[in-house]
Amino acid sequence: MEFNKEVDATGLNCPLPILRCKKGLSEVEASQVLKVISTDPGSVKDFNAFCVQTGHELLQLDQDDSTFTFYIKKRSN
Amino acid sequence: MAKKLALIASKGTLDWAYPPFILASTAAALDYEVHIFFTFYGLTLLKKDLGDLKVSPLGNPAMPMPVPMPNLLQMLPGMESMATMMMKQKIADKGVASIEDLRAACLESGVKLIACQMTVDLFDFKTTDFIDGIEYGGAATFFQFAGESDVNLFI
Repeated sequence: MEFNKEVDATGLNCPLPILRCKKGLSEVEASQVLKVISTDPGSVKDFNAFCVQTGHELLQLDQDDSTFTFYIKKRSN
Repeated sequence: MAKKLALIASKGTLDWAYPPFILASTAAALDYEVHIFFTFYGLTLLKKDLGDLKVSPLGNPAMPMPVPMPNLLQMLPGMESMATMMMKQKIADKGVASIEDLRAACLESGVKLIACQMTVDLFDFKTTDFIDGIEYGGAATFFQFAGESDVNLFI
């Protein structure tokens, strides 16, 4: 999947992946896609909750062993 | 309109420093407007130097210890420092943020930190010991924001 920016949050624990994701989203334009890589198993539920509450769109989640890769499309406004 | 979160941080130990800063930084990431009111021992969390934060196993039977240890031994000199050292090591090993980092994230995302003026006076704290960018206020100041908040927590 194509993306505009990548954030590596591997090895980090709650709430750091979300905070890094938020920072990454502030550095891309509306409707652009941010890729976030995390190894925190709790981040799967948390990223869903983050997107539901903020209006950003979780396009895709890839899981590979213990690595989770999120593709998040920044909300347009 | 942004949702609002009002927190009271009343504890000043390393372990209890986490909940207010984790919740506040996360809420800010979720576009909440956040105020934290620091009162009594919670004021310690506003000091420039957070290196003094400690965790004590004393009176805390739920704290995981490498070997079971009776309360009587936990009061021995050095036990608190040892427990604090072990906790800090664990925090680093598991990729958990430091309190310094979480507090910085809060400030960066516009979380408002309010120090209880009464506690400052009570304990003769020097405002020069506290970080810049905080405000001072009392109970009425807290309620002005808390009264219109969506979530209020006492920690």
